[in-house]
Amino acid sequence: MQLKMTEQGDIVSLTVEEERMDAHNSGDLKEQMLQLFDEGKCNLVIDLSAVRFIDSSGLGALVSGFKNASAREGNLKLCCLQPQVHSMFELTRLHRVFEIFANLDEALDSF
Amino acid sequence: MSRRVKVDITVPNQTKYLGVIGRIGESMAYSLKGYRGNRRELAYHLNLVLTEALANAICHANNCDPDKDVRVLISASDQDLTIKVFDQGQGFDIDALAQHKAPKGAEGGRGIQIIFKLMDRVRYLQEGDQNVLEMTKYF
Repeated sequence: MQLKMTEQGDIVSLTVEEERMDAHNSGDLKEQMLQLFDEGKCNLVIDLSAVRFIDSSGLGALVSGFKNASAREGNLKLCCLQPQVHSMFELTRLHRVFEIFANLDEALDSF
Repeated sequence: MSRRVKVDITVPNQTKYLGVIGRIGESMAYSLKGYRGNRRELAYHLNLVLTEALANAICHANNCDPDKDVRVLISASDQDLTIKVFDQGQGFDIDALAQHKAPKGAEGGRGIQIIFKLMDRVRYLQEGDQNVLEMTKYF
């Protein structure tokens, strides 16, 4: 999975540079997030602007990141969801779990 | 009565083929004559259902064995579309999975439930020496 990482203070933003997040590539995001948590970086924003398609594995990777961040007193927030990706969060009711922002600046300001 | 369109594909048991099969489902959504609903939404849903069913067959039923194959059969008429995904595993109790609700913070367990939400009829059957997950959408 192609990921772009940017650090602003103690917040790391990870941009998923893939059209699809599925069982083939979601493990990469999970591993990258675990590496960041191991380094003590527990405040993350995941930018999904390029993602057109997400399945249950992709959602599972984000839930894993959210739980790990929370367990370390950090937070994982999402931004820039395309409408059909957003509809997946509603279908699975995960929009009640995550804080979802329209753009990256709003997500960063919310910490 | 119009003829059914059938697409029969066999791919190696590897997740890198999820996107290929999912996109075939998307394309079919735009070619269905009898469908009157939102085609963009249907395209996404068929991509999703195919991806979930195929990932289930590859990773769970076939234990990620790259030497196995997975067969997908998509069949459509003016009234319905049926997807069959075949696996060579031990089988599973689909009704138990359908009734099991993933806890709010669970990482997994949503795939089969998504299929049940998006398709009108879902069955897990045995055909010869294979299992088949059969999912139908009526128009």
